[in-house]
Amino acid sequence: MTAALMLELRDLSKSFELHHQHGARLNVLRGLDLRLHAGECVVLSGASGAGKSTLLRVIYANYRPSLGAVHVRHDGRWLDLAKATPHEVLDVRRRTLGYVSQFLRVIPRVPALDIVAEPLLQAGASPQLARQRASEMLHRLNVPERLWSLPPGTFSGGEQQRVNIARGLIVPRPILLLDEPTASLDATNRAVVAELLTEARAAGSAVLGIFHDEDMRDQVATRLFPMQALEAA
Amino acid sequence: MSVLLKVRNLSRHYGTRVGCEDVSFDLHPGELLCIVGESGSGKSTLLNTVAAQLAPTSGSVSYRQRDGQWLSVNALSEADRRRLAREEWGFVTQNPRDGLRLNVSAGANVAERLMALGMRNYSQLRGIARSWLERVEIDPERIDDAPTGFSGGMQQRLQIARTLVTQPRLVFMDEPTAGLDVSVQARILDLLRRLVNELGLAAVMVTHDLAVARLLAARTIVMQRGRVVETGLTDQILDDPQHPYTQLLVSSVLTT
Amino acid sequence: MTYNFAFLDEDTKRMLRRSLLKAVAIPGYQVPFGSREMPLPYGWGTGGIQVTAALLGPDDVLKVIDQGADDTTNAVNIRRFFARVAGVATTERTVDATLIQTRHRIPETSLREDQILVFQVPEPEPLRTLEPREAETRTLHALADYGLMHVKLYEDIAQYGHIATSYDYPVRVDGRFLTSPSPIPKFDNPKLHQSPALMLFGAGREKRLYAIPPYTQVESLAFDDHPFEIQHWEHQCELCGSGESYLDEVIVDDRGTRMFVCSDTDFCGQRRAEAQA
Repeated sequence: MTAALMLELRDLSKSFELHHQHGARLNVLRGLDLRLHAGECVVLSGASGAGKSTLLRVIYANYRPSLGAVHVRHDGRWLDLAKATPHEVLDVRRRTLGYVSQFLRVIPRVPALDIVAEPLLQAGASPQLARQRASEMLHRLNVPERLWSLPPGTFSGGEQQRVNIARGLIVPRPILLLDEPTASLDATNRAVVAELLTEARAAGSAVLGIFHDEDMRDQVATRLFPMQALEAA
Repeated sequence: MSVLLKVRNLSRHYGTRVGCEDVSFDLHPGELLCIVGESGSGKSTLLNTVAAQLAPTSGSVSYRQRDGQWLSVNALSEADRRRLAREEWGFVTQNPRDGLRLNVSAGANVAERLMALGMRNYSQLRGIARSWLERVEIDPERIDDAPTGFSGGMQQRLQIARTLVTQPRLVFMDEPTAGLDVSVQARILDLLRRLVNELGLAAVMVTHDLAVARLLAARTIVMQRGRVVETGLTDQILDDPQHPYTQLLVSSVLTT
Repeated sequence: MTYNFAFLDEDTKRMLRRSLLKAVAIPGYQVPFGSREMPLPYGWGTGGIQVTAALLGPDDVLKVIDQGADDTTNAVNIRRFFARVAGVATTERTVDATLIQTRHRIPETSLREDQILVFQVPEPEPLRTLEPREAETRTLHALADYGLMHVKLYEDIAQYGHIATSYDYPVRVDGRFLTSPSPIPKFDNPKLHQSPALMLFGAGREKRLYAIPPYTQVESLAFDDHPFEIQHWEHQCELCGSGESYLDEVIVDDRGTRMFVCSDTDFCGQRRAEAQA
């Protein structure tokens, strides 16, 4: 039985038009096709500037595609995120499409535990359950308990990244996008992340990620998707 | 998930001067929409016109009531307008002094909307007032103090309690943290974020501060000179602005 | 100089009667009227006098009381005024009167269907101290938006432990309009409810009339857990022994000796007369 197709990019292009820099135009993606199935972990590979982060952001609808389609399997139906309403995109993000950005967006005053618990709370879990699962995640990622009640603003880069990962993975989602989730982590914690991703895939998630570290790539990738920077127009 | 508020081609002019022009958007339950723009962009005019505090020059505002019936907001009588404001809507003003009764105790300020809706048990009213004061991080021992002795941030938190105590289905907020110190602002924004999530509120908020939009709003409208120049997901607008004015706004924000 | 019957010209009486009819048709609602210049200044009962003047007929029997007493200067003057300009019979006995003009009290003796009680009202707007703007109070009444009054009652309980208003206690008439019963003690509020007599209220300075028709529901505002209560005394009237009437505290000598007596002089006098008989 072939694994279900979860995400399909067709002829995807992205350019940035910088109106205040004499209308300079930055072409980053052109004519991209990609298919992602449940249980896969596809790793975007290529040098800096190849557009890997941009691609993830376009899929997440954080960037608007210039051309092409981003088909997502949502609620058993196909939805093109490039043409969806903001309302639809929010629903997809809530239930189908997860994204772990490269850096934690710090919200003042909110303790790390609550930051991690929030997606689960919004998915309808009770505050007790959400906090419990959040502490399990943080524990697994070796974030010391004394930090859980503190806002992550003062954490080290690695600690912030682990909070970010915990928050991104606490609610299982059919499709996961990860942008350098282990860049600041030591070998132990990289292994934990690899485990988490394996578990997610086993549960049926489709993963699309960027990993600079070759070891990490070897551990998690089922397939590579090489990318190359475009020439400037 | 059905729509709660429908704004269609809404315009409000002041004589020949354009306040806001041809604005349309939908709002769903549980959604917070930010209207951002600089001074003179028309954002406050838009908010006040949608909230039926100003009559539109043209266009329409429709609201779906608790019982599912659609209401044409601009065609309402004064009586119905006030009833809507009392029973289903809330409005947090920029200056808390405009939204509070300053000569009446904090507890009475919080309890007033409940009494207006018919609650007649003093102990119950007082109990609810106390718990809301705690919720907005005001010492409940100050329940009998008049807000004239409160700091600006405390007054604003009291206004938020007073407005949200009846769990309105739709809340309008006009720059609720403008003019407050940064740390005070952070506290209030955090409070709003939590309350909006806990209560599942739908809200329309005006702000000139893009960081506030990013923190609180899933969707944003960008206004310039009375018109909407860009609209969509907040993170998309801030990270991948399309319109020249939006790009200017985003690039102008200082970072520490 | 001869005056028209009851001092006012017939057109003025007609204007007053039209306004009174409107007031009776909308219980508790303040009807604006063209308050006339009267031979005594505002604040001395010109509203009540205009209502009485519009209603008096040659066969009426008029009683005038001030804080329950027939013999204070004001009561005496007003009674003599009408005796002179209308030639009507006057009385101090509640049971004999057809029309009673009162300042700040309702007689203890129960009233009948054929009697009219006319109140002198200084400030007809119950929300005035809370909301100084007339345009706004009119809107609040139109919308039955009375949350503000409950705010005041809440504040009283928060500050004093109980509702501190002891006179001019606000009522809801016929379940609709919030009304000031005039500065009668709250002790008298229950007498407003389902009264057989017609009750009319005149405010001359503020130029408003309002009415509580006979057998109308009148409810004093309160909270469920702080219900409306009337005043109680530990004393009884020293003159007639009544334990049920509203008592005035009177200082009788320079040493501060005090005595509690009925405020309603007719009621007290009747009880004493019956006791002696």
